[in-house]
Amino acid sequence: MLLARVIGNVIATQKNQRYEGSKIMLLQPINPDGSDRGSTMVALDSVEAGVGDVVIVVQEGWCASTAATGEPGAAIDSAIVGIVDTITEN
Amino acid sequence: MHLARVIGTVVSTAKNPELIGRKLLIVQTVDAYQKPAGKPFIALDSVGAGVGELIFWCRGKEASFPFPDWDTPTDCTIVGIVDSVFVDDSRRRVL
Repeated sequence: MLLARVIGNVIATQKNQRYEGSKIMLLQPINPDGSDRGSTMVALDSVEAGVGDVVIVVQEGWCASTAATGEPGAAIDSAIVGIVDTITEN
Repeated sequence: MHLARVIGTVVSTAKNPELIGRKLLIVQTVDAYQKPAGKPFIALDSVGAGVGELIFWCRGKEASFPFPDWDTPTDCTIVGIVDSVFVDDSRRRVL
């Protein structure tokens, strides 16, 4: 799993049918200190995350599909599974 | 999943039978501001995408799920065509 900041969303009409009804969010992966890490990515939302939120993202198909659509077997490789309240780094 | 721009097509005659009738496209991954990020690669199309379109793709085993036979040999499939992108990176929440 990785930490990311929600920076926007994507609207798509022509898409895999299993994506229907889900929010497609644009994410910037971040380090625990909040600095950007790597390129932006896209993930389906399963926790009603919004722009500005720091979130937890899974990048494994089975759990991403289950979290975002309720059942496995969808063409989804990343999903938001939690909104971060605090990060403590020792 | 990542955003990408379709920048070309690939034609292949001698290929795995599961790939017959499928469209192979060259995609360049882009960031939220549609600037290229990384090197281009080949993706299988599942939504009718064409050259010039902004799309998003799915990687790994899940890439074969849009096709009737899950044995379709692909590790990168285009799963959506983007209509619009909304970006607001100013609202950074301080944890």
